[in-house]
Formats: sequence, structure tokens, C-alpha cells
Amino acid sequence: MSNTAAPPAHADYRLSQLDELEAESIHIFREVAAEFEKPVLMFSGGKDSICMMRLAEKAFYPAKIPFPVLQVDTGFDFPEVLSCRDSWVSRLGVRLIVASVDQAIADGVVVDDGKTSRNRLQTGTLLNAIEKEGFTAAFGGGRRDEEKARAKERVYSHRDEFGQWDPKNQRPELWSLYNGRIRAGEHMRIFPLSNWTELDVWYYIGQEKIELPEIYFSHTREVFVRDGMLLSAGDHLLLRPGETVQERTVRFRTVGDMTLTGCVESNASDVAAIIDEIAIARVTERGATRGDDRFSEAAMEDRKREGYF
Amino acid sequence: MDLLRFATAGSVDDGKSTLIGRLLLDSKAIFEDQLEAVERTSMAKGYDYTDLALLTDGLRSEREQGITIDVAYRYFATPTRKFIIADTPGHVQYTRNMVTGASTADLGLVLVDARQGLTEQSRRHAVILSLLRVPHLVLAVNKMDLVDFSEDVFNSIQNEFTSFATKLTIPDLTIVPISALQGDNVVKRSEHMPWYAGPSLIHHLEHVHVASDRDLVDARFPVQYVVRPKSDEFHDYRGYAGRIAGGVLKPGDDVLVLPSGFTSTIAGIDHFHTEIEEAFPPMSVTIRLADDLDVSRGDMICRPQNAPEPSQDIDAMVCWMTNAPLRPRQKLAIKHTTRTGRVLVKDVQYRLDVNTLHRDLETKELGLNEIGRVQLRTTIPLLCDPYEKNRTTGSFILVDEATGVTVGAGMIN
Repeated sequence: MSNTAAPPAHADYRLSQLDELEAESIHIFREVAAEFEKPVLMFSGGKDSICMMRLAEKAFYPAKIPFPVLQVDTGFDFPEVLSCRDSWVSRLGVRLIVASVDQAIADGVVVDDGKTSRNRLQTGTLLNAIEKEGFTAAFGGGRRDEEKARAKERVYSHRDEFGQWDPKNQRPELWSLYNGRIRAGEHMRIFPLSNWTELDVWYYIGQEKIELPEIYFSHTREVFVRDGMLLSAGDHLLLRPGETVQERTVRFRTVGDMTLTGCVESNASDVAAIIDEIAIARVTERGATRGDDRFSEAAMEDRKREGYF
Repeated sequence: MDLLRFATAGSVDDGKSTLIGRLLLDSKAIFEDQLEAVERTSMAKGYDYTDLALLTDGLRSEREQGITIDVAYRYFATPTRKFIIADTPGHVQYTRNMVTGASTADLGLVLVDARQGLTEQSRRHAVILSLLRVPHLVLAVNKMDLVDFSEDVFNSIQNEFTSFATKLTIPDLTIVPISALQGDNVVKRSEHMPWYAGPSLIHHLEHVHVASDRDLVDARFPVQYVVRPKSDEFHDYRGYAGRIAGGVLKPGDDVLVLPSGFTSTIAGIDHFHTEIEEAFPPMSVTIRLADDLDVSRGDMICRPQNAPEPSQDIDAMVCWMTNAPLRPRQKLAIKHTTRTGRVLVKDVQYRLDVNTLHRDLETKELGLNEIGRVQLRTTIPLLCDPYEKNRTTGSFILVDEATGVTVGAGMIN
């Protein structure tokens, strides 16, 4: 190989926490590629799924990533996120599959009753894409520190033929011996970042100089306040009486559907500043900026049971 | 900053959730919205205190029943270490969860209530941690505030536990008197217990020496995946990807590939764009060999003078994890390192009572949450070491072939 950079010093044969997390995630990617017939990587364009891309790239280098990338297009994705996605996909030379919520509505796969959030419609769209393409394992960027239903989820998370998660009936997961057995029609969700925290992800992005969508960094944006959240103004959201658009200096802590993902006021314009900000943050990233988790204390558990990411 | 994984055991009554809540609060791993959600729920339930157990009881059914039914993973960091807690329920019926949590732990934390002293449950937790070869054990004697911070109470629990521990394999034992509720000896040394000269719990967790826990002598590299780019740039590249399970491997080392028995030399060890000079556990790397051999997933790269003995007759301690019992003549699937095959249960030699260490030789089966010594015959030779030497090459899982469910966890003798 061409590059012979100095290896990291390991005086006592200990890895740093990031190197150990990386080694664990790479092990998971390779295990899935070896044991599953048709894996796919679910790519949202968010920092976690971009981290997954980098880890997958490392796991198989110098070969290409041996599975395609699946993105659910809500129709309300941030343009910055789509362009970042395209840049990653073209650099790595992986196949991109886009499952469109609009197309799923047109095909009658999911029903838009005008009340259901786009986020929930994503679940049906996603499950349909997995079934149609016959994927047997789908990598997701979920982390156990995000939410307490996730704190109990396995790295290999079994889904029945309806795509449902049964939290009371999870397989025990011991050592690093993952059980990938599934029956016809079932699939496995794989969470290589299970043991990463939000801070670990940011440290890793800094260490690896990973390219992210610009909306993660501070910028000025037209926003308005709804239900205590700062939402991006634009054609995708109609203002309700009393809501006014203001220009603020903001950044996004998570990336999702534009109609649901709030931003926070921030001057953090690089990774180091974001890490400082998170280190003193007092609210979890989902609590601060995700309307979809706010309905009830069990909101995430319910959506996960249905087959959400 | 490095990583320490520890498993906690104990019940709500021992103050385990309060302790974890305090560790998370004091290290700022709990956020306002999480705390508010818990305060709201506590109020709705009519409690006059914030029930920190609600922070870790993540599933709705658990909150409804007020018990923890599954392993929960929690994360916090101090300036020197990142910690992963495998928080396991203490009830007798949840042995399988404790085994699961302990399987990846560097350290086990057992809680006892100073007023109660050692209970059957705390003994059971110590036995499981010892069986799983968790190298460090901390006994936290909690609720010291409720026994007037009495040195005598602490000493008597300490003596009882130390004498019990001599029957177990516990390489490193530390006993700390604490009050999780008031914070004594959790983060800061307590002013109430001047007679205690040891470190606070956090100080111990931050500084416990774990670098010597892995086997850095016996090189073991289970091949996980063969990397063949077949691109113009890397036309002849053939690398064996996997995670180092033991020892230190370097370019130029002579190696033996099992089960074929071929020998070769390490031409290079790659990690992404970097060629590395030394690979050790738990690194994930890609090894290139000097010779063109037929090596595939499930093979093991080791050293010619230091190789595991391939064997189809396996003697192991098995923890059984499903309702239908394990019985002789049963056939199951097995996964060991990166090898999968089938096994026939030859014999259940004895069932171990994890409370008393008594060996029951009469019962020839293992029920849910029971642990026993089992003889297995495998369809393929396992390239294994005793579990006490290597937790990676000495462990396996058993899978029900009809349902695909993991039904057993094994540690090779």
C-alpha cells in the first residue's frame, strides 16, 4: 500500500476509545457482509449515517463497499443533505437506491391522510423498499445513547416478516458473537454505532475530517418558532396565525425531514466549536430538535415496533 | 482517553438505579429533558421523589411493571475514561441477562445494602461474574448512611465477601463503602468515613488497570472476511480481514493457518490507508500473507509454535437461555469466532447452583437461566482455547435451528 503514515503510538497496547469503537463497528460491518445475502446501508444524510459510510469504507478497503445504499426521500429533504449524499456516493462508487415517499403514496403503499407526519410515512416506504429489493440486513445509524428504548436494542435487531421489532423478545447478544439467523421474509436491522455517543461521533468526525452537510454548522437562516422549536421557513411549511419568520444564526443537531427538524441557535462553525457546545448542552439532540419524538414518552418505542429506523 | 466496559448487578432495593443515576448526573450524561421526563412520570405515579430507575427502564412494559426486564446500556465519560455500563436486572430469573452483560465487561460492580449484608442475590452475581471471567470486581456496600457510616458493619460485610470470593476466580477485588443517595465515596471521598482509606468509586473506575487483562502472548486471528478488490489499482490484492483475538502480530511474523496447517509469513497489516507495525486485540485489521494460500472465513491465523488445538469434542459451561430445556441428544447450531457449524449434546454432566456453587449431578438437563457443564460433539473442529485463557476464542453461542433464536452461551473448559 502506498501510504505509510506513522502508526499511532500504543505504549501499553491500549486503544483510544475512538479506535476501540471503530474496531468494533468495522467488525460488525464485516460480519454482516460475510453472513448476509443482501445487506443494505440506510443513509439519511445525517452525521451518523455518514460516519457509517466512513466505517464501511474502512472495513472493506481497498475493495469497494459490497452493498448498496438506500435513502428514503421524504420529499422534504434539505438540499444540502442531498448534495452531500451524492458526493459520498460518487466518491465511493456505491449503488444508490432512493425510495420516495411521494412515489409510495402514488403507488398506494402508504396512505397520506393529511394528519400523519412524513416521518411516519417513511416507515411504510422503507419497509416496502426492503421487501421489494429483498434486503436481508439493513444498517442503521441508531445509537443507544439517543433514547431509552434504543438503550436496550441489540446490535443485530431482529425484524419479523412485517418489519416489526418485538422488544420483549429480543435475542440475547453475547461477546461479539452476533446471531444473524433469519427466516424467509424476515430481516435484521444492524446498528454498528450502538455504543457510540453523540460526542464520540463528533470526535470521530473531527479526527477523520469527515465531510458533512453544511447545515450542521452555524449559518443564517429564516426560521420561525413552533411548539418551542425553531423550524426552517420555506414553501414546505405554512405559517400558522401568530407565527413570524425571523433571521437567526443557527445550526442543525440532527438531520431529518424539513417539516419536523428544528435547529438551535448557535455560533459553532466548526467541529471543535460543536464539541464545546455539546459538552455543555443540557438537552439531548432529539429532545431539542425532533418533533417526532415528542408525542409521548414511548414515541420512539412505538415507531420502532412498527419498523422505523 | 480509553474505554472501560462494566456490568452492574443488583436490584432497585440495593440502590443500583440511584447509583447509576448519580454517576450519570455527576458526569453530566443525563440531560434536562431526560430528567424532566422522569420527574413528570414520578409525579404522575404519585411519588414524592424522582425515581431515577425510570431513567434506565426504557421499555413501556418495564415501566408498567416497575421492573427491568432487559440489559440496558448506558454511557458516560469523565476526562480520563469513557464508560459503557451494561445495566442488568438482579432477579433470579434474569441470569441470562446478567451473563449477557458480563460477557463484554472488563469490570463487574455488585451492590449490597449495608443493612442487609450479603444476600443470595449478591453471591449469585459474584459467581456469574467469576464464571464469565470478568477480571475486576467491585463490591459497593451501599446505604452506609443508614448504618451511621459504621466501620464495623462494613468490615463484617467485607470479611464475609472476601471469604466467599476465595472459592471463585476473582483476580482483582475492591470493596468500597458508599452512599449513592448522598454521594459519599461515589465521586468524592466521604467525610463521614475517615476510617476508609481507599479510593472513591469513580476514582477506582477511572484508574483500574485493565491493560494487562488481554492475552498479548498467544496470537489468534480468526479470519472474518476476504478482501479482494479485483480493481485495476489493486489487481492482485488479497487481504484477510478480521479482529485480533489474542497476541501481537507484526509484518514478517511466521504464521500457521488452521485448519489447513499451511504456513506463511505476514507480508503486511493494513488498516485503511495505513500499514501498521503491530496489531493487537481488539484491533480490526486486514492481513496480507506472503504466499498465495487458500484461506477463507472461519480459518484461524496463529503462530506455528503456538496454536489452538482443533477439537470436535467440546467440554463447556453453558448458560441456557430459553424455556424448553437443554437435553442430551439435542442438535443445535453453534457459532464460535467466525466459524459456524452444528453440535450434538452428548451429556449434561452437572447443573451448577449459582447461589451455593453446589453441583447437581442428578439432573440431566438445563432449564431457562440455569448453568451447567455440558459435553458437545461438533460437526466441524473448533479452533478454540480455554475460556479462562481467551474470552474470544473460548466462547460460543448455541442457536435453535428452527427458530433462529440464541438459546445458549458457552465457555470452553
